[in-house]
Amino acid sequence: MSGPSDYQPSNPALQWIERRLPILGLMHSSFVVYPTPRNLNYWWTFGAILSFMLGMQILTGVILAMHYTPHADLAFKSVELIVRDVNYGWLLRNMHACGASMFFFAVYVHMLRGLYYGSYKEPREVLWILGVIIYLLMMATGFMGYVLPWGQMSFWGATVITNLFSAIPYFGESIVTLLWGGYSVGNPTLNRFFSLHYLLPFLIAGVVVLHVWALHVAGQNNPDGVEPKTEKDTVPFTPHATIKDMFGVSCFLLLYAWFIFYMPNYLGDADNYIPANPGVTPPHIVPEWYYLPFYAILRSIPNKLAGVIGMFSAIIILCFLPWLDAAKTRSSKYRPLAKQFFWIFVAVCILLGYLGAQPPEGIYVIAGRVLTVCYFAYFLIVLPLLSRIETPRPVPNSISESILAKGGKAVASVAIVLVAAGALFLGSLQDARANEGSDKPPGNKWSFAGPFGKFDRGALQRGLKVYKEVCASCHGLSYIAFRNLAEAGGPSYSVAQVAAFASDYKIKDGPNDAGDMFERPGRPADYFPSPFPNEQAARAANGGAAPPDLSLITKARSYGRGFPWFIFDFFTQYQEQGPDYVSAVLQGFEEKVPEGVTIPEGSYYNKFFPGHAIKMPKPLSDGQVTYDDGSPATVAQYAKDVTTFLMWTAEPHMEARKRLGFQVFVFLIIFAGLMYFTKKKVWADSH
Amino acid sequence: MNPDASTIAAGAPIEVDLSPVAEGQDIKVFWRGKPIYISHRTKKQIDEARAVNVASLPDPQSDEARVKSGHEQWLVVIGICTHLGCIPIAHEGNYDGFFCPCHGSQYDSSGRIRQGPAPANLPVPPYQFVSDTKIQIG
Repeated sequence: MSGPSDYQPSNPALQWIERRLPILGLMHSSFVVYPTPRNLNYWWTFGAILSFMLGMQILTGVILAMHYTPHADLAFKSVELIVRDVNYGWLLRNMHACGASMFFFAVYVHMLRGLYYGSYKEPREVLWILGVIIYLLMMATGFMGYVLPWGQMSFWGATVITNLFSAIPYFGESIVTLLWGGYSVGNPTLNRFFSLHYLLPFLIAGVVVLHVWALHVAGQNNPDGVEPKTEKDTVPFTPHATIKDMFGVSCFLLLYAWFIFYMPNYLGDADNYIPANPGVTPPHIVPEWYYLPFYAILRSIPNKLAGVIGMFSAIIILCFLPWLDAAKTRSSKYRPLAKQFFWIFVAVCILLGYLGAQPPEGIYVIAGRVLTVCYFAYFLIVLPLLSRIETPRPVPNSISESILAKGGKAVASVAIVLVAAGALFLGSLQDARANEGSDKPPGNKWSFAGPFGKFDRGALQRGLKVYKEVCASCHGLSYIAFRNLAEAGGPSYSVAQVAAFASDYKIKDGPNDAGDMFERPGRPADYFPSPFPNEQAARAANGGAAPPDLSLITKARSYGRGFPWFIFDFFTQYQEQGPDYVSAVLQGFEEKVPEGVTIPEGSYYNKFFPGHAIKMPKPLSDGQVTYDDGSPATVAQYAKDVTTFLMWTAEPHMEARKRLGFQVFVFLIIFAGLMYFTKKKVWADSH
Repeated sequence: MNPDASTIAAGAPIEVDLSPVAEGQDIKVFWRGKPIYISHRTKKQIDEARAVNVASLPDPQSDEARVKSGHEQWLVVIGICTHLGCIPIAHEGNYDGFFCPCHGSQYDSSGRIRQGPAPANLPVPPYQFVSDTKIQIG
């Protein structure tokens, strides 16, 4: 893409093609001989990382779409079936869901790098604006993708975001109806979001081609912000940039794999494991972390229309950046004031993200307003003003001169600051959940915790017994089939034992030839029958509160860990909020109601239940279930066993996930090491 | 991309029997996929709603204009917060009405916005009384 190529393939067949379509020459001039500034640092590898992530998202997405059902009644279940039954479906889903987060993480680094080194300045304005367009398309795609699993957060996120458009005067309501395809968010909405979620990534890929084209016309910016002048200032793209990008990508993959294999739900919301319910709004509606700063801006403006305008202009303003910042010096390396304001701006964005996850009350609202003003002031006041009053330090005459004078420090400290800030930002989601001031459930030692955790087989088998004899009278387990009990990583029953277990159940089948429904003994392929025919029956039989299905309960419940725990959790891989909560609720019943708490008629006091008034009577008491293996027949033991069992039902492939994770990590570390030493060798003469 | 024929057909009027709803209680029915709150208001709630100086409200509307005359005890509103579409919780908040858990908007016992970011009152759907204990919504 940088002018005609003189590339001539030696193979006659390739020559024949090349004369008719010079595509090899195009590749050769764009990605082999293309001159890239020799002083690029590792922040420049994020372009390659982003291309890789886009490819990854499209690849996993296309395969997921083969198994997904875009229907309001079936979408949630089809996602669960992908995770449970499709070969490596859990891996595909984790790669796609965590991939979205990593994609946004990389794009933010990429954008901030552009901001710091002035990559938007003449002659790269179009390149920068194309980047903003890609970012907008990514936001739309990410939002619609989050709707597809059709959990509670999907549904209510879709409701809140589509309602943003109702703020537009006169046409607002019609636009919203058009987005919904109905009178509220429903099946037509899900269908069109699925269609658009499949379409938009290819549009992104198209704009990325334009973005790369514009990049190769204007040439890459570099940390010193001076254009390459002589041949000595550049190195050929291959092998120099290629190998450096490969090393960058493999380091990024380490982070990505940490999420895929060890923390797949860290960035998600427990509420999204509850199927969408148009009648119940979750207590806190929180968007995905990458939208939080903009959500905070939306909420801090008390007028609805102004809030929506504020939120969108926070993004659109980026398009005008090349003209807002008129300073001649590109790189903040040589702009002492701009450098400081840049880091203040980064802090403002991170704090806005933190506030976006907090409930909109008290000090958070005021802080949100102050930071919103700071955000816009950076673009509208600070940058235009700095370009007039700041005296930049002298820039080097050429890139090679700056390399000779180079000290090379700061990078490590900057990276540490960024990682710590990122962790604070990512984890702020956890903070938003269930801050009702209820007692925190005590931590437990779970056999399945940690990177090498495995389910305790005995506990799984005992837990199944507790479920069958106690919980099953009110709670369903509808995503679990009897055959699952024989699968690897589960309670490890034999196929014959499972067949015998299944035949104890009566399963409704039919219609038969006479058109009647009939009952037959269960088979291994059948699912656990639910105790009530429908939710209304369950509600009516239980005083208005339907007992939830337990298949996913340990992933659908959580509690706020609070600052700074969520940061430690990222490193210790603590993922057991759900099991801790379930086990605590089972043991949290107390006869004596503390003073100041009133429990309505027909409810019971539970220390760990949010609001303390639970409709479920104390389910377990000592000696209720007889164990054959000599384990103590106590409530504590029952709670531990049944929670372990329910963790397995929520994620039957957890052992496979952690096992594969270890293998992937060993591979990636070796691969990254090889890339590093190859890179060192390639660059040996160029520094 | 507008609603298709079956979606429109499913949005036809519905009839609701009010006789089981005791004073001080409310029910939630779904019409066009939207929750409709039907509240049987107490004397206290009606008096509170009427005692307010209408001109002081963010979205001025009298309680009389929001209920059917002769059926003042019945409040029928679409239970969708006019801010960003969450479902407010009945019998919560400081005004004996509705409280939206998403962004903290509070509505009074007539469904009018009193506090918070929502710009307008809870809308009253089109409905009429078929008999004293039955309404038709739509």
